[in-house]
Amino acid sequence: MTAATLSLRGLACVRGGRLLFSGLNLDLRAGGSAQIAGPNGVGKSSLLRIVAGLLRPYAGTAERSGAVALTDELDALDRDRTVREALTFWARMDEASPRAIDAALDDLGIPHLADVPVRMLSTGQRKRAALARTLVGNAPIWLLDEPANGLDVQAATTLGNLVTRHREQGGIVLAASHTPLAWTQDITLTLTTSTDYISGDEDADEPGPAETPSALGAEQPTGSTDPSAIGTMRPRDASSPPARRPGDEPA
Amino acid sequence: MIGSLILRDLGRAFRSGSAWMPLAFLLLIAALFPFAVGPNATLLSQTGGGLLWIAALLASLMPIDRLIEPDRESGVIDQLVLRDHGEGTILLAKQVAHWLSFGPPLLIAALPAGALLRLEMDTLGTVILGLALGTPGLAALAILVAALTAGLRGSSALTGLLVLPLAVPILIFGAGALHFGGGNALKLVAACSLLLCVIAPIAGGAALRAGRE
Repeated sequence: MTAATLSLRGLACVRGGRLLFSGLNLDLRAGGSAQIAGPNGVGKSSLLRIVAGLLRPYAGTAERSGAVALTDELDALDRDRTVREALTFWARMDEASPRAIDAALDDLGIPHLADVPVRMLSTGQRKRAALARTLVGNAPIWLLDEPANGLDVQAATTLGNLVTRHREQGGIVLAASHTPLAWTQDITLTLTTSTDYISGDEDADEPGPAETPSALGAEQPTGSTDPSAIGTMRPRDASSPPARRPGDEPA
Repeated sequence: MIGSLILRDLGRAFRSGSAWMPLAFLLLIAALFPFAVGPNATLLSQTGGGLLWIAALLASLMPIDRLIEPDRESGVIDQLVLRDHGEGTILLAKQVAHWLSFGPPLLIAALPAGALLRLEMDTLGTVILGLALGTPGLAALAILVAALTAGLRGSSALTGLLVLPLAVPILIFGAGALHFGGGNALKLVAACSLLLCVIAPIAGGAALRAGRE
């Protein structure tokens, strides 16, 4: 596993005309772990999708070296196949050996589910199967969206051990969760609820049609032309220097 | 990579039974048509070729809502994009798999359907050649429309409206070839088909990207 890094600079996210967060900085190096905390709808999942490259940030950059694995509420496992068959497809996609599937199922304590169709799994079992997909992929950067959801106490502990093992092997874990997680964090970013709208087109009390800005207006922040400077809401911990290890030179 | 994706989609199409639907649909139309217009051999052989084209076109519409939407909904497309597969590549693989699941079965079904419609051997040959050239284009069109409508509720009514006008050139040249015994009309079918095969992954990929935002 090559040394993985993850670096977010001045990241801002806009969803549905609402500024969720801005000016978010984060540096993680091999073995690092961060939790994104905060209430529902605050942009935790969006942040993970930006890091994964599935969403474009409104401002800022997300740089990473190393492959990324995302585990969210979508398990991406074919319902009509067995767990082993569904994982085999992803093992082929990740050029992993079939033996990695058995190892991953053992790690998550579900070897007995290998030949059960995915549609028969319970929520927690499906979550474990999705985590097995992440293990099989062997990507250095793990993005976990609410990893504790649906997992029982024992499974949550197992996940904590797996995360610790992954970090010892030089992996990075970035997890979004509104509850404390089973492993220690290098840094916790707490996002707070934002009320900043970047254009007025959501205002329902705009009577005149001539006054209503066009839908394209959402692309342009009102009052400021510098996208990195919009909004006042910043994550509480993000303005402080990110956690660095001694000897790391600044990027 | 692409090979695994094609095999997976192909397996899904045949396991779920959706691959057999277009085939059954074509045979059903060919079997019902003589009941509707009467068993007049001359009439049937004159109209049968065009009918087969319409049946093939409508049959290609059937699996559209199962092409992209289930994979988008279950996160498969997200996971493929994470692995640095472009949306265009994903759609190209799906396009190939879709054609393999409905093109060749349709060509085979055209043989008994031609017999039910009392088609001349050379007319049937032109129909089958035209379908062989045209079905890749129809498959591409189905993928394009499936990508455009992925994530929309009640999209099945919309898909027909989107596909049918775009499929008209293939239908005109394909059915037109029957009057001239193939030749240039078939070349135009191939040209339309090629154009759609190239455009569909690019435009559909852009639609998937835009739909994710």
